[in-house]
Amino acid sequence: MSATQPAIALRGVTKRFGAITAVDRLDLEVPAGICLGLLGNNGAGKSTTMRLLTAQAIADEGAVEVLGHALPRESKAARARSGVVPQRDNLDEELTVAQQLEVFARLYRVPRRERDSAIARALELADLAARADTRIDALSGGMRRRLLIARGLVHRPELLLLDEPTVGLDPQVRQELWSLIVTLRDAGTTVVMSTHYIEEAEELADDVAIMARGRVIDRGAPAALVARHAGAEVRELTGDARALAHAETQARALGLPTRRRGPQVAVLRAEGLDGQLGPGRTRPAVLEDVFVSVTGEEAT
Amino acid sequence: MSASSASGAARAASPSPPPPRSAPRRMELRALGGVLHREWVVFTRYWRSTTFSAVVEPTIFLLAFGFGIGALVAEVQGMAYLDFVGTGVVAMAVLFASVFPAMFGTYVKRRFQHTYDGILAAPIDVRELVTAEALWIGVRSGTYGLAPLLVASAFGLRPGWAVLLVPLIGILTGFGFAAMGIFLSSVVPSIDSFGYVISALVTPLFLLAGTFFPLENLPGWVAAGAVVNPLYHTVELVRGAVFGLAGASPLGHVLGLLAFAALMWTAAVVGMRRVLID
Ligand SMILES: Nc1ncnc2c1ncn2[C@@H]1O[C@H](COP(=O)(O)OP(=O)(O)O)[C@@H](O)[C@H]1O
Ligand SMILES: [Mg+2]
Repeated sequence: MSATQPAIALRGVTKRFGAITAVDRLDLEVPAGICLGLLGNNGAGKSTTMRLLTAQAIADEGAVEVLGHALPRESKAARARSGVVPQRDNLDEELTVAQQLEVFARLYRVPRRERDSAIARALELADLAARADTRIDALSGGMRRRLLIARGLVHRPELLLLDEPTVGLDPQVRQELWSLIVTLRDAGTTVVMSTHYIEEAEELADDVAIMARGRVIDRGAPAALVARHAGAEVRELTGDARALAHAETQARALGLPTRRRGPQVAVLRAEGLDGQLGPGRTRPAVLEDVFVSVTGEEAT
Repeated sequence: MSASSASGAARAASPSPPPPRSAPRRMELRALGGVLHREWVVFTRYWRSTTFSAVVEPTIFLLAFGFGIGALVAEVQGMAYLDFVGTGVVAMAVLFASVFPAMFGTYVKRRFQHTYDGILAAPIDVRELVTAEALWIGVRSGTYGLAPLLVASAFGLRPGWAVLLVPLIGILTGFGFAAMGIFLSSVVPSIDSFGYVISALVTPLFLLAGTFFPLENLPGWVAAGAVVNPLYHTVELVRGAVFGLAGASPLGHVLGLLAFAALMWTAAVVGMRRVLID
């Protein structure tokens, strides 16, 4: 793979399910070696995009290229070099932890003489060495998720596709996964991670692509996105309904984006406003402000 | 592939066209191997129950019919009734050990356990997945098909050397019916629908194949219809192998089974692709 070749390139990709357009003329290029966060609410088209990358969904229009392989024609070659952690747990409950890893080491064509060490490494990674012979249906939720991730890494893929990797995990397990993802990225693995947790994207992603209604609305490093759409500071105004409506109008007149949030109005790019819109507090702008501002949706 | 240096460069440059590559359209043995290994591991856990039902049920049919009807009829088509049933039940054993696991097992793995979603994220395609599943079930059911012959031997069946061909006949039959079960699992709206399939399809198939009674006494159109029943060809081939029946050449029956297997394999691949690939 040449240095300039992107790990992933989607051009004008559309995927429909009947009347629903899940992915809509999507353009997305991911350079090798970064962690890209695909940030979007439920139904934005993140999982469909992920499945397009393994040819488990076939695009109706457009071109999909993964690690230099044109999909779906060369999808097997691309899948051999990719690891997948699906949103929906599909661990093989009839097997033990070690058996599951062995099955996938074979499916992923780990050479016979390297298989044992690959399995041992994956067990280590999932912190499940002591559970190697436990049946999967006896594992806790956190253990299952760790195994799901280790299974996707058993063949040391160049590209890791993580679909909502930390949904439903407690904060400690989530932290562990985050550091694992950072470690992989630092070792050169390209990571594409979908999430609807804004802080997850902010924390992990070198680049965030904000997705809504099947399209990428904007894309950039989290700090750059924040600077572009939300400025440096956000002013959160409080007051009665009339005062807030008034403040909103005023802010718009100044060309400042606003967002309603319960009993508050937040004014973006509020640096230099100097309290002129009314009582409230000023805080630094964050990615959530960007998300709400560009998608027009509250984060779920 | 360094993390930071690559990213800046790649974003600036336009993507180079992909190198021309011939798509690997061949069926790859090592892709089948992963699936077969999975089935083998699961089998080593469940072999007792799997084998029990695959062996005991045909044996009960064999003994019940063999002795129940055998007391009333001494000979059918020139052979002792127990010999007639002993060979007929081979086909039934293969059918039950292939079509049922294929229908239910495939459905459960796809809809409830999402096993195939995980497998298809690896370098293996639907064609290879279906082939491996049908092959595994075919080999297993072909082997189980020997059980009725062993039981019948205990009661006096004396097969010729060609009995060694019975596992091959069984595997070919089992492959076809496994593919049929896989195909059916891809079209039924729910797992309960298999009830209709069993009553309307599987039961007539195994009764109207010359398993327990010869077809020539049935109305002409039923007997003629047996030609399209793959299990009829299995029964004829098994009887021919065990007793070395002179006369009709086995070629037609072999071709019938091959055609059935090819047709069902194609249907299974198309059906599974439809439900597994969005
Ligand atoms: N297999 C499918 N059949 C029908 N509709 C689907 C299917 N998969 C996804 N969709 C629809 O496509 C849209 C995008 O879904 P998805 O890609 O799962 O979004 P996300 O992962 O961002 O939540 C949703 O409206 C969803 O209902
Ligand atoms: Mg999703």
